[in-house]
Parts: sequence; C-alpha cells; structure tokens
Amino acid sequence: MASLDDLKKRISSVKSTQKITKAMKMVAAAKLRRAQENAEKGRPYSEKMNNIILNLSSSISDIENAPKLLKGTGQDKTHLCVVMTSDRGLCGGFNSNIIKKAKLFFQKILNENKTLKIITVGSKGYDQLKRQYKDNIVERLSFKDSKNINYFDANKVGMMVIEKFEKDEFDICTIFYNQFKNVITQIPQQQQIIPLKSETKKDEIEDESYEFEPDEDEILSNLLPKNISTQIFKAMLENSASEQGSRMSAMDNATRNAGEMVDKLTIEYNRSRQAAITKELIEIISGAESL
Amino acid sequence: MSEEFKVEIVNPEQSFLSKEDAIEVVVPAFEGEMGILKDHIPIISFLKPGIIKVFRKTDEENYYVEDGILEFKDNNLSILTSTIFKVSDLDKNKIENLISESEKASQQENLDDQSKFLIDQKIEVLKTLN
Repeated sequence: MASLDDLKKRISSVKSTQKITKAMKMVAAAKLRRAQENAEKGRPYSEKMNNIILNLSSSISDIENAPKLLKGTGQDKTHLCVVMTSDRGLCGGFNSNIIKKAKLFFQKILNENKTLKIITVGSKGYDQLKRQYKDNIVERLSFKDSKNINYFDANKVGMMVIEKFEKDEFDICTIFYNQFKNVITQIPQQQQIIPLKSETKKDEIEDESYEFEPDEDEILSNLLPKNISTQIFKAMLENSASEQGSRMSAMDNATRNAGEMVDKLTIEYNRSRQAAITKELIEIISGAESL
Repeated sequence: MSEEFKVEIVNPEQSFLSKEDAIEVVVPAFEGEMGILKDHIPIISFLKPGIIKVFRKTDEENYYVEDGILEFKDNNLSILTSTIFKVSDLDKNKIENLISESEKASQQENLDDQSKFLIDQKIEVLKTLN
C-alpha cells in the first residue's frame, strides 16, 4: 500500500490537474459563444451563395459546356481530400472523429486503386495522418497565427484547391470537417465540393426566370471558385465552434473525474492514517502489558 | 404605394447591412452602373470595384466594394461581397494603403487581362475617393 506521503502528493497533484481542466472549460465556454456567433453570422453568405448557384445551374442550357468545376472532369481517378482539424489538443474526440471518418474514405479510395492526395488543415490532423499516409499528403496548412477564423485564410485554401484543379492534379475534391450541432454533439462531415453536388433535388428549386448580366456561363465560371472558398470558410467556422464545444464537454468530464478521484484518494488516505494510528496504539498497549 | 424594398449586404463574416426601406440602390455592375428600383425583374449580376449607393427617404449611404455578386428577387436585393467598406469610414491613410496595395498587385507579371482590368478599375475608384 502506498505510504501516507505518497497519497498526499497524489491528492494534491490531482487537485491541481482539476484546476487546470476547470479553467480550460471556462475558457472554452467563452470561446464557444464567440465561435458559435461567428458561425451563425457566416451562414447567410454561404446559404445565399448556394441558392444563387442552384438557380444558375438549373437554368444553364448547355450542360456539355458547363464549367469543369460544376460538372467535373468526367473521371474519378484522383481524389483530393481536405482534412480540417484543430491546431490544439485536449478537445476530446474532436480530431479523432474527423480522422476516423477520413481514414475510412481513404481506405475505400485506395481499395479501388485510385490515387489519393491529402491536404491537411490544422496541425493535429497532420500529426495523426503522417504515419499512415505520409506519401499521400501533398500540402499541410495551419492557421495557428490567426486569432480568429477569417475569410482570408479560407480563401488561401480555396485558391490552392482551384489551382491544383486547373493543373489537372485531381478529379474530385472532398472536404472533411465537424459540423456543430450542439455542445455535446458534433457530427463529422464529408462534403464533396468539386464537382459540385447539390443536395437539393432539382424539382425543389423554384423556377425563377432571372435576367443575367453578363450571361450565365460567365457568371457561373466566376462564381464557382468563390463558392469553393465559401464552402471551406463555412467548414472552418463550423469546425471552430465544434472544437470549442468538444473541448468544453471533454474538460467538463475531466473535471468531474478528477473530483471523483480526489474523493477516492482522500478516503484511502484517511483509512491508512487510521490504520497507522491503530497499529501504533496496539504496539504501545502490548508493550505496556508485557512489563 | 410604398416604393421601398429590402436590401441586404452580406460578407463572409457577417451580415454587413440590412435595410428594409431602400428606395434606390445603385451598384457598379460588371457592364456598367445599374440602378435598381422596386419591382425590378429578377436579376443576377456581378460587381466590379466601385461604389454602392443606397438611397433612402431620409439619407444616402455609400459603400466601397471590390467585388461581389448581386441577386434581386421578390423585392429583395442581396449583395454578396468579400470586401466592403463604408465610404465615410475610409480615411485618407486607409485609401492610400489600398491604392498602394493595388498598385503592387498590378506590377505582378502573368496577370490576365481581366484581373488587370479589375485592378485598374479599383485604383481609379479609390483615387476618386481620395
């Protein structure tokens, strides 16, 4: 059995861990509110963008000559996956969930003998993927230095993706991120952005006859690259809200567990203290009796 | 009959402006300036660098945009843009910064005609503001 001193040290170390997790929980809660607000503020833009593109693509007459970003290259040999994770740890299953989802997809692609290319955004994703897929990772990005999620960063990722697409480096692009549902639930998402897959069915779109200036094709070819960045930006916002939410609940659990542990250790400490006292008493009494 | 319609300007980070009572909005569309009044037919168009003017009964506000796309439908005007400033918030320094940035960008080689045109346009607009 551990000595009294050891137990005492153990208790104080668990207590200070508890202090840290508690503080982290508070910080995450504060940041979560901000991230959630940002995510909500950013939603109108991506929704409107999506609407316009849906309207446009439904009214496009000549599907053969549609921009490649919309209809794809006609092949699906090379896949590019953008895996978005956080830069910091201690956020529960946040990163592992994305990676798990991504790995499943990677395996499927590799089993079909297709080429896989990976861009990691956020250093945790890179750390987890580098062992198994080192040769597949073509770029790694991290926006550790930017304090807030901003469109500028998202645009950088978007530009990179588009540039690679124009050089025919891949056929299909998929992004992985966590969608924020609520503090305890974040759903890992897999979204194909090139070629664009509309989730709405054709007949759900109202048939609105728009006037276009300049013509549809030109608007579409200008708009699609922007949409890529917008989708990535949306994913980044969702991701940052999810990260904070996930961290908050993880730290909440950790604090609670630490509390339980302190209780258990305290009982053990008191028992062994009691045992030591009893032992000493017995020794004294039996010593006195033998005289 | 009221002549007012709703105008909303959003950038990726937030909803920048939302007014229920615009009377006329003048936008720098790609093929020239365009004024939009109530009951305009549905339109989708592009913006080039320029000034968006929002007229209301009582006042008039000017915004500087660098790019964007606009959609008008059912008397709702939505403008999506990545870069927007209120003109009255722009001071001399800021404008000069923007100009020198654009001038640097125009020095770049391998620019295609369209982006060059856009940058030139940007500089021109900024100079008129200055």
